[in-house]
Amino acid sequence: MISVKGLTKRFGENTVLDGIDLDIATGERVAVIGPSGTGKSTLLRSLNFLEKPDAGIITVGDVTVDASTASASEQRAVRRRTSFVFQNYALFANKTARDNIAEGLITVRGWSRAQAQARAEEILATIGLAEKAESYPAALSGGQQQRVGIGRAMAADAEIMLIDEPTSALDPEWVDEVLQLLKRVADARQTMLIVTHEMQFARDIADRVLFMDGGRIVEQGAPEVIFTEPKDPRTRAFLRKVL
Amino acid sequence: MRPLDLDYMLGLLPVLLKYVPLTLAMASVAMVLALALASLMAIVRVLRVPGLDQLTKVFISFFRGTPLLVQLFLFYYGLPQIFSFLTAIDGVTAAVMGLTLHFAAYMAESIRAAIIGVDRSQWEASLSVGMTTAQMMRRIILPQAARIAAPTLVNYFVDIIKSTSLAFTLGVTELMGAAQKEAAGSFLYFEAFIMVAIIYWVIVELLTMVQRQLEVRLGKAHAR
Ligand SMILES: Nc1ncnc2c1ncn2[C@@H]1O[C@H](COP(=O)(O)OP(=O)(O)OP(=O)(O)O)[C@@H](O)[C@H]1O
Ligand SMILES: [Mg+2]
Repeated sequence: MISVKGLTKRFGENTVLDGIDLDIATGERVAVIGPSGTGKSTLLRSLNFLEKPDAGIITVGDVTVDASTASASEQRAVRRRTSFVFQNYALFANKTARDNIAEGLITVRGWSRAQAQARAEEILATIGLAEKAESYPAALSGGQQQRVGIGRAMAADAEIMLIDEPTSALDPEWVDEVLQLLKRVADARQTMLIVTHEMQFARDIADRVLFMDGGRIVEQGAPEVIFTEPKDPRTRAFLRKVL
Repeated sequence: MRPLDLDYMLGLLPVLLKYVPLTLAMASVAMVLALALASLMAIVRVLRVPGLDQLTKVFISFFRGTPLLVQLFLFYYGLPQIFSFLTAIDGVTAAVMGLTLHFAAYMAESIRAAIIGVDRSQWEASLSVGMTTAQMMRRIILPQAARIAAPTLVNYFVDIIKSTSLAFTLGVTELMGAAQKEAAGSFLYFEAFIMVAIIYWVIVELLTMVQRQLEVRLGKAHAR
């Protein structure tokens, strides 16, 4: 369960998140859509403290923090409960595929190296990359790297997986394998908040779609509703452009 | 022009080679200490640790802004007059200390540049999984920065080896000091100093070969 109240983030004069309220139930899969520059990435990054919000209360599972004053250890507590999948994969360049997945288990959750690597190999098998365990990111295709990125997030066993445009940095040939893997993660009822430009995909996997504009959630609802009978003119205008 | 005294030169070789271990030991100890100190200073600079950051800046500025020879004299001849407990320090220790601080200042800047050169995504990925800053530095950022900085750091090791010759001005009989003594006895200055030059040259050439190997290896690392 995750709950956000009044989440606000400014870059100088620019208010990028304008008091976001958001509750996500365990097992719920929420897709975020909206025009470029409306704060979708900033929302995800704020929930992972990659940005320090200016105001707001964040609850993730058993942890509640005041986002603007959260201490380093409170931020880590939130990060531990929110895994992140990056647009540009951001795999650890000096670690093999296996160790990319094992790293957080060792450093953050205190597992032994052997335990963590065994778990990492299970996950690699799940994501169809068992034979790439020893490969470094530089030797993997974009699609493979992003699958490892998703594997790393799976290993975190987090309350919620935050996924920011997982396919938009990929060559078209790799998009399908990544979406298929994400579909499986969603089907397993992993709680997720995913920003995507793949509208069909959002429609397939999401329980709820949020439309963001100007740092606010303008409209939200079940995908059947949002995609077929959006109420807000801004949502309509956006969907007309992208569908 | 007088002919070279080749027999003297050949006879000098084993005498001088005996001092190579001391030169390499001084350089190696200074290198290891300088690396440790430089890494700490680089981290302090990159993370802008309040107070320490300013202190480090001044330290780096001083040790880069003054000649090594002046620093060595200050350590060996000057400081013991102010702090009497330093009187017991011998020339070798003073030279190693001086080389350490001097080169740490240079290496700190290279390491800092290398740390900054590690892609931002590596920091974000480390933090996003919940690592502490120390874990991120030790396991993700520094190993990648080391690859970037390694060739430059080998260059500094070469510099340190050559700079150990200044220890002879502190009364240390190392490679250069030995050559100086031999020359003073035989008056064959050219023979003595060309021999010592050749020895330094060979050492540095060997190291340069190692460096090239290292670069090839580092180029291949993490690409598999
Ligand atoms: N580090 C930063 N410093 C200053 N401004 C920033 C920073 N990061 C984002 N912004 C600004 O915040 C706004 C929202 O950016 P954000 O990346 O969250 O948008 P987005 O909805 O994810 O857009 P896109 O669909 O293009 O990814 C933009 O105006 C952007 O320029
Ligand atoms: Mg974005």
